Amino acid sequence: MVTLTVNGESHVLDVDPRTPLLWVLREQLALTGTKFGCGIAQCGACTVHLDGQPVRACVTPVAAAEGRRVRTIEDLAAGGRLHPLQQAWIDEQVPQCGYCQSGQLMAAAALLETNPDPDDEEIDAALRGNICRCGTYQRIRRGVRRAARALAAGEQDDG
Amino acid sequence: MARWTRRAVIATGVAAGGLLAVGVGIRRGDLSESVAPLVAGDGEQVFDIWLTLAPDNGVTAIVPHAEMGQGVHTSLAMMLADELDADWEKVSVREAPATRDYANYALARGYLLGERDVPGFLLPTVDGFFLAATRFEALQITGGSLSVRTTGRYAMRIAGAAAREMLVTAAADAWAVPRAELLTRRGELLHAPSGRRARYADFAERAAALPEPPAPRLKAPDEFTLMGTSPPRLDVPPKVDGTARFGIDVALPGMRYAAVRAAPVFGARVDSIATESVQDLPGVRRVVDLGDAVAVVADGYWQAEQALRQLDVRFTASGNESVDQDDIYRRFADSLERAAADDAFTTDLRRGDAPGRLAAGGRLVSAEYRVPYLAHATMEPMNCTAVVADGRCELWLGTQNPLGFAKDVAGALDLDIDDVRVHNQYLGGGFGRRAFPDFAIQAARIAREAGTPVKLIWSREEDMRHDHYRQANVSRFRALLDDTGRPQAWENSYVDKHDPEEAPHIPYAIENQLIRFVESPTHVPWGFWRSVDHSLHAFFTESFIDELAVAAGQDPYRYRRALLAGEPRFRAVLDLAAERSGWDRPLPAGHGRGIAIHRSFGTIVAQVVEATVEDGRPRVQRVVCAVDAGFAVHPDGLRAQMESGIVYGLTAALYGEISIRGGAVRQGNFHDYPMLRIDESPLIETHIVDGGGPLGGAGEPGTPAIAPALANAVYAATGIRVRELPFARHDLSRPERPGRDIA
Repeated sequence: MVTLTVNGESHVLDVDPRTPLLWVLREQLALTGTKFGCGIAQCGACTVHLDGQPVRACVTPVAAAEGRRVRTIEDLAAGGRLHPLQQAWIDEQVPQCGYCQSGQLMAAAALLETNPDPDDEEIDAALRGNICRCGTYQRIRRGVRRAARALAAGEQDDG
Repeated sequence: MARWTRRAVIATGVAAGGLLAVGVGIRRGDLSESVAPLVAGDGEQVFDIWLTLAPDNGVTAIVPHAEMGQGVHTSLAMMLADELDADWEKVSVREAPATRDYANYALARGYLLGERDVPGFLLPTVDGFFLAATRFEALQITGGSLSVRTTGRYAMRIAGAAAREMLVTAAADAWAVPRAELLTRRGELLHAPSGRRARYADFAERAAALPEPPAPRLKAPDEFTLMGTSPPRLDVPPKVDGTARFGIDVALPGMRYAAVRAAPVFGARVDSIATESVQDLPGVRRVVDLGDAVAVVADGYWQAEQALRQLDVRFTASGNESVDQDDIYRRFADSLERAAADDAFTTDLRRGDAPGRLAAGGRLVSAEYRVPYLAHATMEPMNCTAVVADGRCELWLGTQNPLGFAKDVAGALDLDIDDVRVHNQYLGGGFGRRAFPDFAIQAARIAREAGTPVKLIWSREEDMRHDHYRQANVSRFRALLDDTGRPQAWENSYVDKHDPEEAPHIPYAIENQLIRFVESPTHVPWGFWRSVDHSLHAFFTESFIDELAVAAGQDPYRYRRALLAGEPRFRAVLDLAAERSGWDRPLPAGHGRGIAIHRSFGTIVAQVVEATVEDGRPRVQRVVCAVDAGFAVHPDGLRAQMESGIVYGLTAALYGEISIRGGAVRQGNFHDYPMLRIDESPLIETHIVDGGGPLGGAGEPGTPAIAPALANAVYAATGIRVRELPFARHDLSRPERPGRDIA
C-alpha cells in the first residue's frame, strides 16, 4: 500500500511501489492532464510538482512521492480561477497540439515560484527540459513574461 | 490499378476546386437518416451535414478534420460563420463522426478524376457520382495543408451561405416582404423598413424545410467580417488546464493496457515467444502474437511494458539484417550511375535542352547533396484504445484519417466498414504520422484476442523505430553559367520520388532544365512527413541556386531576384523577407545571413536566417519569414504555423537523423534523436502578404525553406558549404569543407 497526497487529497493505493508516479496519476487517479512522452526524463511532458519542485513523473517511483505533496496541472487553477500562466497561455495563443503544455505550464509555474521576474535566459534555462514539437517556444517565453507581469500587477493591487 | 499517392489527392483536390465549385458542400438530399442523430442535439435543426442551429441561436459547425494544433476547427468554423453572418460568440465546433457521409468529398472527387477512369455504372448525376465514389474510397484525411483550401472553400463557406439564404427566404415569406430588403447580422434577421427583427433560431425550423439554393452567393473579401481576423482558437482553453482529451487519455470500464514490440528489422516475423517467462508476473493477463510483433496485456501500462522487456522473443530473418546506412547511400549512388549509363531516368520536367547545353561547355558548377531518414516524433506516442465484441469494433485514438482507419481495421478484422466506429480525439501531433493505421490495427487485434477493452500505448522507442520515415535521398546537380553568371542550364538527378510532384521544381527563369529521378527502393517504410518531398528538395534546390550565386560572384538575394522577374508573387515575398531582415545591414564578424524561397501547397514562403557558429555548431539567432498564402483566413494562425513549421524544419536540419544499422533503426529516444529546445529556439518574425489567387495551405509550407536558409547563412558566416544534413554531422570549426563535389 502506498499513501499519496495529490492536489491536497490523500489516497491509499494498492500499487507496486516501483510504479512510476506518472502511471499512478493517469491510471489509478484518472488525472490524465500529466502526459507520457518518453519514459526517460528527456521530454518533460510528465512534469509535476513534488513539494513545489518540478519533477519528471515518468522516472519518479510512486514510493518516492509518499509523504510529500504532489501537484498536477489539474490543480494549477486555484478556486476556479485560472493561474496567471494559464491566462497568459490563452492570451498569447501558446498551445498548438497542446500535448506538451501541461508539462510546460508546471515547469513555468515552478520557475515563477522562485523567480517572479525571469528574463529570457532564465526562462530558457528553466524550460529547456520540456520539448515542444509544434515549436511554440517563443510564445511560451512571451506567456511566461506576461504571467510575471500579471503577478506583479496583482501584488501591487493587493498591496 | 492506381497506386495510392498523396500526390494524386493534392493535385486533384486543387484542380477539382474550379471544376465543381458549387453544390459540393451542400448535399442535404444525401443527408442519411444516420447523420442527424449523430450530430444534432435536442431541438437542433440540421441544415445540411455541416451545420446545426439550436433554439438558443447557437451554431455548431461540423468539421470533418482532425485538430492537431493547426487550428483547423477554428478556421473552418470561421469560414462557415462568416458566410452565415452568425454571432461568433455563439459558434462552436463538433468534429464530424467517422461515417461515410463525411468523407472528403472534394478530395476524393479529385483523386478519382486524377487517377482513374470514371466507372459508368455509378450514379448518373455528377454530384451523386462523386458522393458515391467518396464513400467508396473512405477518405477523411487531414493533411496536405488542404483543409481550409478544400473543405473550407467548398463546403464550409457554401454551407454557411446557403443556410443564410434559406433563413432569409423563410423570414421574407413569413413577413411578406421582398427578400432583398432583409439584412442579416450577428445571428439576426433585420427588416429595416418595418423595423422587424428576429433571431435565426426563430426561423430555423421553417428554413430547414426549404429547398437548398443550388448556388448561394459567396461574400467578396471586402464583405468578410470574420475571415481575415484572428479570434482566439476554440481548442486553446482545454489545452491549458489538462482537460483536453487526447487518444492516450481515453478510459473505458474494464480496460486493460497493452505494450507492443515489433520485429526490430522491417520485414522480419515473430519466430518464437517464451510466454512462460512473463506469465506469472504481477498484473500480466496475456501475451499476444501479432505475427510481426508481440504484445503483452496487463492491468497497468507499466506492468505491460516491464513484462515485455523481460519477454524472451525470437524473430525470423528477413534478409535485411546486414543492411547499414552506408549500404543504402551506396545503393542510391549506384542507381543514379546506372540510370545515367542506361538512360533509365524518369523525367520530372524537361524544358529546352539542358544536356545539350551542358555538353557544349562553358562554366560548369556541380554539387551533390544528401539527406537522411527522419522520424516524426510526435509528442504523443502512437496509441489506440479498442473494443471488439459481437462483430463490431470501436476505436478511440487520434488520427488524420478516421474513415480510412475504419476501413483498414475492418479489413484486418474481416468486418464491414460500417461495423467499425472511430472516435477521433485531439491529436498530440500528427505531421503525417497519424495517417498510417498500423497501431490501430494492432490495438484492434489485441482487443479481439483479449476480449476486453484494451489501450495500446507504444513506448517512445517503439514509436521511433517503427515510424513511416521521410526518405533518405541523394540529389545531384549540374548547371552552366554564362559570362554574366546567369544560369543557362539546370540539371538535377535524384532518387526515390514520392510527392507532391512539383517539389523539385524551381521558380527561376532558366531556359534549359532537366529534372529527373530513378526509383531506388529500400526496406525502410516511407511516410508523409510535414511537407513531404518539399522537405528535401527545397534544401537541394535552394542550396544549389545559392552556390550558383556564389560562383557568379553575386549577392544571393539579388541573384534570385533577377531570375524571378516573371514571377511577381515570388518576388514580392522575397523582397519582403530581405527588407525586413535588413539584408544589406552589415553584420558583426562571425555572423551570416542566408535566404531561401520555396512554394509548397500553393503557398510561397521566403526565409532569411541569421546564424553564427559556436563550438563548431550553428546557432540560429533570428528568422525572418515572409508568406503569401493567397489570403490569410486566420492571420495569427498562419503566423503560428510558420513558427511551427520553421522549428520543425530547423530541428531536422540541425539534428534529425534516423540511420539504419543491421536492418533496424539505431535511434530510440530523444537522447539520440535530439529535438530543438527552447534555449536554441530563434526569434521568428512572420510577415504576411495577401497576394490574392487561390488559397494556399498553412500547416506545411513553413518547413521547406528553413534548412537551405540555414545552410546558406552558415556559408555566409564561415565559407563552409554543408551539403549533407543534419548539421550535427559536421564540425564547422574545422577548416576542411564537409560535403562532397561530384567530379
